[in-house]
Amino acid sequence: MLRRRLNRLCGGDEKRVDSRTIYVGHRPCPDTEAFIPSKFCDNRIVSSKYTVWNFLPKNLFEQFRRIANFYFLIIFLVQVIVDTPTSPVTSGLPLFFVITVTAIKQGYEDCLRHKADNEVNKYLVTVLEDGRSVKKESEKIKVGDVVEVVEDETFPCDLILLQSSREDGTCFVTTASLDGESNHKTHYTVPDTEKDLQALTATIECEQPQPDLYKFVGRMHIYKPEQEPAVRSLGPENLLLKGATLKNTKKIYGVAVYTGMETKMALNYQGKSQKRSAVEKSINAFLLVYLCILISKAVVCTTLKYVWQSKEGQDEPWYNQKTQKEKDTNMYLKMFTDFLSFMVLFNFIIPVSMYVTVEMQKFLGSFFITWDKDFFDPEIQEGALVNTSDLNEELGQVEYVFTDKTGTLTQNNMEFIECCIDGFQYKHRDTWSEVDGFTVTDGPVNKLQQKAGQEKEELFLRALCLCHTVQVKEAGSEEVLTDQVDGIDEMRPQLEEERGFIASSPDEIALVKGAMKYGFTFLGLESKSMKIKNRENNIEEYKLLHVLNFDPVRRRMSVIVQTKSGETLLFCKGADSSIFPRVKPEEVDRIRMHVERNATEGYRTLCVAFKQLSAEEYAVADTGLREARLALQDREEKLIAVYNQVETGMSLIGATAVEDRLQEEAAETMEALQGAGMKVWVLTGDKMETAKSTCYACRLFQRGTELLELTLRTLEDERLKREEKLRELLQEYHRKAVQDAPPVKAGVTRSWSTANQDYGFIIDGATLSIVMNPQHEVDASQYKSLFLQICQNCTAVLCCRMAPLQKAQIVKMVKTSKGSPITLSIGDGANDVSMILEAHVGIGIKGKEGRQAVRNSDYAIPKLKHLKKLLLAHGHLYYVRIAHLVQYFFYKNLCFILPQFLYQFFCGYSQQPLYDAAYLTMYNICFTSMPILAYSLLEQHISIEILLDNATLYREIANNAMLRWRPFLYWTLLGIFQGLLFFFGVRFLFSNPALQDNGQVFGNWSYGTIVFTVLVFTVTLKLALDTRHWTWINHFVIWGSLAFYVFFSFFWGGIIWPFLKQQRLYFVFANMLSSVSAWLVIIILIILSLLPEILLVVLRKPRGPHSRQMAAVTPLSYKHLKERY
Amino acid sequence: MFVALHSDLSSFGFFSIVYFIYEIEVHTVSLSFLSEDIRMKNEGEASEQPDNTAFTQQQLPAWQPILSAGIVIPGFLIIGLAFLGIGIGLFLTSQTIQVLEMDYTGVEKDSPCFQCTMQSVQNCTCEVTFSLSALFTGPVFFYYGLSNYFQNFRKYGVSKDYYQLTGDTQYFKSPRDVCFPYSHDSKNNPIVPCGAIANSMFNDTFELYQIINGTKKKVPLDGKGISWWTDFNIKYRNPSSVNGSFASAFDGTVKPINWPKAAYELDLTDPNNNGFLNQDFLVWMRRAALPQFRKLYRRITEGDYAGGLPAGNYSLTVHYNYPVLSFDGRKKLVFSNVSWMGGKNDFLGIAYLVVGSLCVVMSVVMLIVYAKFKFSDDDDA
Repeated sequence: MLRRRLNRLCGGDEKRVDSRTIYVGHRPCPDTEAFIPSKFCDNRIVSSKYTVWNFLPKNLFEQFRRIANFYFLIIFLVQVIVDTPTSPVTSGLPLFFVITVTAIKQGYEDCLRHKADNEVNKYLVTVLEDGRSVKKESEKIKVGDVVEVVEDETFPCDLILLQSSREDGTCFVTTASLDGESNHKTHYTVPDTEKDLQALTATIECEQPQPDLYKFVGRMHIYKPEQEPAVRSLGPENLLLKGATLKNTKKIYGVAVYTGMETKMALNYQGKSQKRSAVEKSINAFLLVYLCILISKAVVCTTLKYVWQSKEGQDEPWYNQKTQKEKDTNMYLKMFTDFLSFMVLFNFIIPVSMYVTVEMQKFLGSFFITWDKDFFDPEIQEGALVNTSDLNEELGQVEYVFTDKTGTLTQNNMEFIECCIDGFQYKHRDTWSEVDGFTVTDGPVNKLQQKAGQEKEELFLRALCLCHTVQVKEAGSEEVLTDQVDGIDEMRPQLEEERGFIASSPDEIALVKGAMKYGFTFLGLESKSMKIKNRENNIEEYKLLHVLNFDPVRRRMSVIVQTKSGETLLFCKGADSSIFPRVKPEEVDRIRMHVERNATEGYRTLCVAFKQLSAEEYAVADTGLREARLALQDREEKLIAVYNQVETGMSLIGATAVEDRLQEEAAETMEALQGAGMKVWVLTGDKMETAKSTCYACRLFQRGTELLELTLRTLEDERLKREEKLRELLQEYHRKAVQDAPPVKAGVTRSWSTANQDYGFIIDGATLSIVMNPQHEVDASQYKSLFLQICQNCTAVLCCRMAPLQKAQIVKMVKTSKGSPITLSIGDGANDVSMILEAHVGIGIKGKEGRQAVRNSDYAIPKLKHLKKLLLAHGHLYYVRIAHLVQYFFYKNLCFILPQFLYQFFCGYSQQPLYDAAYLTMYNICFTSMPILAYSLLEQHISIEILLDNATLYREIANNAMLRWRPFLYWTLLGIFQGLLFFFGVRFLFSNPALQDNGQVFGNWSYGTIVFTVLVFTVTLKLALDTRHWTWINHFVIWGSLAFYVFFSFFWGGIIWPFLKQQRLYFVFANMLSSVSAWLVIIILIILSLLPEILLVVLRKPRGPHSRQMAAVTPLSYKHLKERY
Repeated sequence: MFVALHSDLSSFGFFSIVYFIYEIEVHTVSLSFLSEDIRMKNEGEASEQPDNTAFTQQQLPAWQPILSAGIVIPGFLIIGLAFLGIGIGLFLTSQTIQVLEMDYTGVEKDSPCFQCTMQSVQNCTCEVTFSLSALFTGPVFFYYGLSNYFQNFRKYGVSKDYYQLTGDTQYFKSPRDVCFPYSHDSKNNPIVPCGAIANSMFNDTFELYQIINGTKKKVPLDGKGISWWTDFNIKYRNPSSVNGSFASAFDGTVKPINWPKAAYELDLTDPNNNGFLNQDFLVWMRRAALPQFRKLYRRITEGDYAGGLPAGNYSLTVHYNYPVLSFDGRKKLVFSNVSWMGGKNDFLGIAYLVVGSLCVVMSVVMLIVYAKFKFSDDDDA
């Protein structure tokens, strides 16, 4: 929050001026107005929460905002001020300790944050100043500084690339820590900047900072002496983002445009706020109920006290006269103090111990996650990590799962799986050795006897080798000759040559490698000529004439090359939908089947086509392209028009299938999650095609799933504006998915029920931003609700091309939607951090992309597959345990305090405690705490194996089922029933207090002790009844606590305690046990209290909820990916 | 096996130590700082492979009881029958206990003690007569009962000085504040024993006579053993005598305002029943739980009456000192004998009978329910 405010402060002029002017190197420009160095915020990153000055008040304020702390503070104050039955020390000391320890801890943490900030802020960077390189602390970088960054360094702020050590004025950057895309991206220097940066006089005009990573608009005015100032437009390709890393480029110079909290990274970073679980909210709600009970009890007692006292003789009998002071006190004041005294007397109904026990349970319980050996990944030698134990039970409540794709669902590890040449399938089967055997003489790789002609084969492979924008990594630039995307270097020893490839898309690499497997090796691009080594180890050279770039709308790319022999060839590859219309229909039929099959298996499919260009055709295309490239206006449209014109009449030669390797058991995990009633949304920064195929592979989309697409592509409509089209589509989809869909019956398992049409929804970032921020404010809520409703009725939702903040927005939107469902985000990269922070539960995967996600997550697991056990087993159990813990705690304190309340009616409303002080204090701490703690740690009402096998069991506890008002009411009624029973049972017994066979009578402490004994036994046995999983620990603590109670009572009553001012319990317990009547009443009250419970358990059994679901086995329709080989 | 067991134990050891530490600070632990601790801890040991023990993997061998019909129905039946048995026993026992209860407050004009309720009358005595038609089997216990009398007032209850009552003469001079306003008399002399409880000690006394042929034969009342053994022998102590005189231990103090005589004069006949160890005093000091209570006054165990009170007419002389009408209280006399379960109390017997029959009925109902379901779900238990 503070950060947000800071942002607003920093970018304070955002509203007023929508662009900023930056003077490169702070050099004034000749012709413009006087040089005014404008104020921008410095490059300091602030993540700390407190300063030395505001620590104490702010921290105290935050601590007392917790309802429990506040309550105990009030109780403490009451005890200090008013003469109460218990001493103020009993509540003051603990409270003080709690507050102090928390403050120290939070102070320490903030110290660490300060330190971390300093580390970033004091990092030395090289800045060019007046021709010299000066080392400066990172925080001192100002907007306009020219900064030098060398290879593998991260950019200290957002820079406009001015100069690169690479000849072609490009540099490579990986933005893994920003958006999770680990491939290398090419950025370009601003054209026409001087070699000598010192001589460069320029201003940059650009928009004010905004969080969208992919958007940047600016202009650069370059002033040269005696020349018209040149204007160059700046786009995202010129902008180097803070947090990204320079790769494969020795060094670059750039001018800082956004600094500190205004960088796109900082704007995308959301503060880590305290997350509270739904259980905690329930606790607070129950707490309020109990607070009301408490207050009403106190009010009732106070009122009755005064009513009762008004009767003559009752107020001040001669045997109990008041002091003068008491007589003089104002009546209303007396009433008030009486009220407060009652509050203190009954305040045990809300015990500190519950909070402590809950905290304990979470703390100790979370060890089971860390300890779980199923979460241990031998590869990284790590198990699960629990960053906060506050949310354990939330794992059992998840309704929406937001998952990142790259690195989470997939390994981001592209692999060439098969190709189809001229309708024949070429499957790369097993080992690499077989690949080597793929020669003309050996025939095709697959065992099918049919194969395409050799010519076709070679043409296809050449196409793969040529039609791409892959670069070969310069030898020697890095020791490890692997590309950054692919980590399978150990698989390539058989290859004669190891080489690393760099490409903007990992599947291009996979294709080039695929071609390599079949004998065609791409050697590199040198001065516009591409070299290929063919099967006969001959080098073929092709002159690269044009690259028709890939774009998401066209969804294809082409190259035009010229062979040695002078032929001009066009190779085109792209999505089937964009290729098929451009090739001969008869060719399509042969390949379509393969493509569709591959697509539904979750591979990314690309079709490859080619066309031979005659000299005339080429000439036309060439001029067209050149003209379009130079066009100043509508360049994009013109280019596309030419592309479309060139890419026609091609012939289809084949298709490829590339697998984006899924994480282990990704599909099973997703299926289990869906089976458990969770809705899975994939949020990715990746392209739609890629993401879609992953969804298919993960079985999120299935063959029968009807996809509702809401992307820029579908919004392209001749007739309508985007927004109108959007509205139209939204309404159409809504009709389909929401209105026409039959009402979903609760508990009906989906996905394999064929009766219902499944819908999958796809939206991209740009469209989403229109949905979220339409031009007319009025539409916003309508769009949003339509969108949400559609999404909620879809089995899976895919959001692609998302900026990190958009991911968080989506999460937030769902989180705040009706019913406020519990959301879970899982991701591995820095781009997922914002959604991890936004969701109720954030899970980090200990992936390859750094530790940012793990650091910001609540739980970190090594692999996606671990999510299943984490949610279905751990989450479920934690939820059941803590829910039971909470209910039980309220219950046991209700029946603890209710007799004390009832006793007021029999003691003249004099706040006489029923139980001895020792019992009052020890009840929650010793006598009844251990069994419930053991229960809440060890209980497995359903064994872990069954939970894992039957995902549907998870639905049983959905929607906070065990902490709703109904179960709460049940527990409360149970507590009231038992409390009444305890009190009145003993009350009737005491109608004749001569309970011993020697005729002696029992006094008030005996009364309290009998009630208390019944109470302790009943609540402990009640828990024993609820325990379904008796380990030796349970036995030990349950029977141990009871034994301890008996032992303690003997001990406490058996000794004259020198430090006590009254020995009121002396031998009370022993005397009680010497009375047969006391024994009998204790036994009957315990049995009678538990009777309804036993009855309920038994009578519910025949139609028990478990027996039915146990039988329902989740049909795992999906076979393991590995088995395909 | 041994190793596994050992590590199992050690992990539990850790668990219990954590809990133990926690327990000590149970009030002191913050609501959230623990969670942060784990983080630090976990990051430190993240690279270690987790222990593969039954405990850490939540695979401890466990007994999973399920309340199936096969257990519950016979269980209910057995409990029900047992309770019925106990209930019958209790009820019959309770029926055999004889109780004779007489209100002698004197509210009614024609009641014998009416004249004593006048405030003007000092040292009032009245006579209550009753007759027994049959033998009142002994030992007979003689209780007095008070109602609408709140010995369980909080302020009343704390209004005593335990140190005084253990004979600590230091506290004779300066009674604890809790005794206020019964700690000093109007001349600011310390009161021993101080406090409201002591001050309000029941001081009606009774003499019981059997009227045989018009002559009164005194029934000996045994005042020993009416208070708790521990109260008499351990909890309360008299101050040690000063110069051989018990009374001088109380020098410089005054008797409680309402008392006719000082503590050291409570029973001059028996030094063992004097001072704070006076049985009546001890009985009074054990506060009653409810506003309507009875306290043991005497036992009839001696002489001709050891076997009980024979049928006949009796006269009870009441030295009426204790005012209760100001707060609408009542005073009662109760003669009762006791059984192994104490005094007469029908509640317990009835409760056992009701619960017992309830159990039996429920087991029958369950049997019917289950017979209908043909125990179909028994096997999944």
